[in-house]
Amino acid sequence: MDILAQIATELESGGDEKVRELTRAALDSSIAPSTILNDGLIAGMDVVGNRFRDHEIFLPDVLLAARAMNAGLEVLEPLLGESDMTSRGKVVIGTVKGDLHDIGKNLVGIMLSGAGFDVIDLGKDVAPARFVEAARDSGAGVIGMSALLTTTMPAMKEVVTLLEQEGLRESVRTIIGGAPVTEEYARDIGADEYGFDAANAVERVRSLLRS
Amino acid sequence: MMRIVELKVEDTVPDGQAVLGALGVPPDRDPSDAVVSVLEEALAEFGRLAGPMGITKHVSTDEFARVYDGQGDNESPSPLEEIFPRAERLTLFAVTLGPALSSRVPVLFDEGRLALGTTLDAAASEGAELAADRLERVVMTDLLSESLIETSWRTLRYSPGYCGWNMTGQRALFAALRPEEIGIELLDSCLMEPVKSISGVMVTGAPEIHEFDNTYAFCSQCTTKACRARIRSLREPAE
Repeated sequence: MDILAQIATELESGGDEKVRELTRAALDSSIAPSTILNDGLIAGMDVVGNRFRDHEIFLPDVLLAARAMNAGLEVLEPLLGESDMTSRGKVVIGTVKGDLHDIGKNLVGIMLSGAGFDVIDLGKDVAPARFVEAARDSGAGVIGMSALLTTTMPAMKEVVTLLEQEGLRESVRTIIGGAPVTEEYARDIGADEYGFDAANAVERVRSLLRS
Repeated sequence: MMRIVELKVEDTVPDGQAVLGALGVPPDRDPSDAVVSVLEEALAEFGRLAGPMGITKHVSTDEFARVYDGQGDNESPSPLEEIFPRAERLTLFAVTLGPALSSRVPVLFDEGRLALGTTLDAAASEGAELAADRLERVVMTDLLSESLIETSWRTLRYSPGYCGWNMTGQRALFAALRPEEIGIELLDSCLMEPVKSISGVMVTGAPEIHEFDNTYAFCSQCTTKACRARIRSLREPAE
């Protein structure tokens, strides 16, 4: 098995120390950092994402794999040029104003990063204007919003309305999720997509940024 | 009268299988050694950091009616609206696992320990439910010993944010119960801090008062249908 395949396999198993060691070994073998990133780390994370989507592995396995990916990235990042980081697109994510639940949002961020997207994570309790400002300033194509309280969900509609008012509705798409959120609610407020879990959210973001 | 109850940590430590289930791992799947290791570490952290406390207050039907009406945001009709007038006892409650456990999860995420942080969060959610179960047993045991309830009566808990009781109902509940006495604060969004806290009302009465069909207008939006298992549990012998 070549070293890149070994990196991918160890990443899938959550072996963060082994991924770190193999990434260093790959660099010592004069493999380009961008190749190690794309064909080792992201390739491994793609397999993890697909297996999670297909219910072959579960959330703890994904998180261990994400930690292994970060271990490899820590070695590569100082060596990667801006052009090496081929991004599949930029996504702004956050938990809406008044809500402090962020586990689900964090997981979506991890899986989006693992899938090669640039993630701008605004954290929790994010005001509607902040989402729009971050998308405009970063050139993000998607805003992803999470809410776990019914009392905070209306903030999602505020973001959609602000995007319309600022003329950004066509260039910035929206996806929403969280326990009380439904596809029907997404339609009602004019959001472009609804993600019922983290894996599904990544698939929907992929399709939003392709269209 | 208000009562503060200090609960034992060991009564709130969740079962590992329950934690894995909360993380989406089916019961018929063996987790990897790495996942088992993370689970064990999470349960150890739970035991080290949990500080479970509860507060209760028995209220009359009229008093609870005022709490339940709250800001007037509830769905109507709703199950609880039809259940509580038939209750023999109504007890407001709040329970928390304390600030140390709730604040540990974001620290773990900041340290990049994603699997441990998420597993600890799931363990804490399960543990909060166990703390509420334990508090309920304490309350009911006391009421039984004072012959204030019948052994045939059954108790179920109902919380704002579920089954038509609007989340804003937390405000009236907090005003009546004062969970701040055990360190639980209510934010403007009606989120409780520490986040691993549960509040609501314990409704005690003949088992049949809790039975209802999930055909209310809002039931179609419920993703868990947890009421079915709760109602089935009424037919099991009381613990």
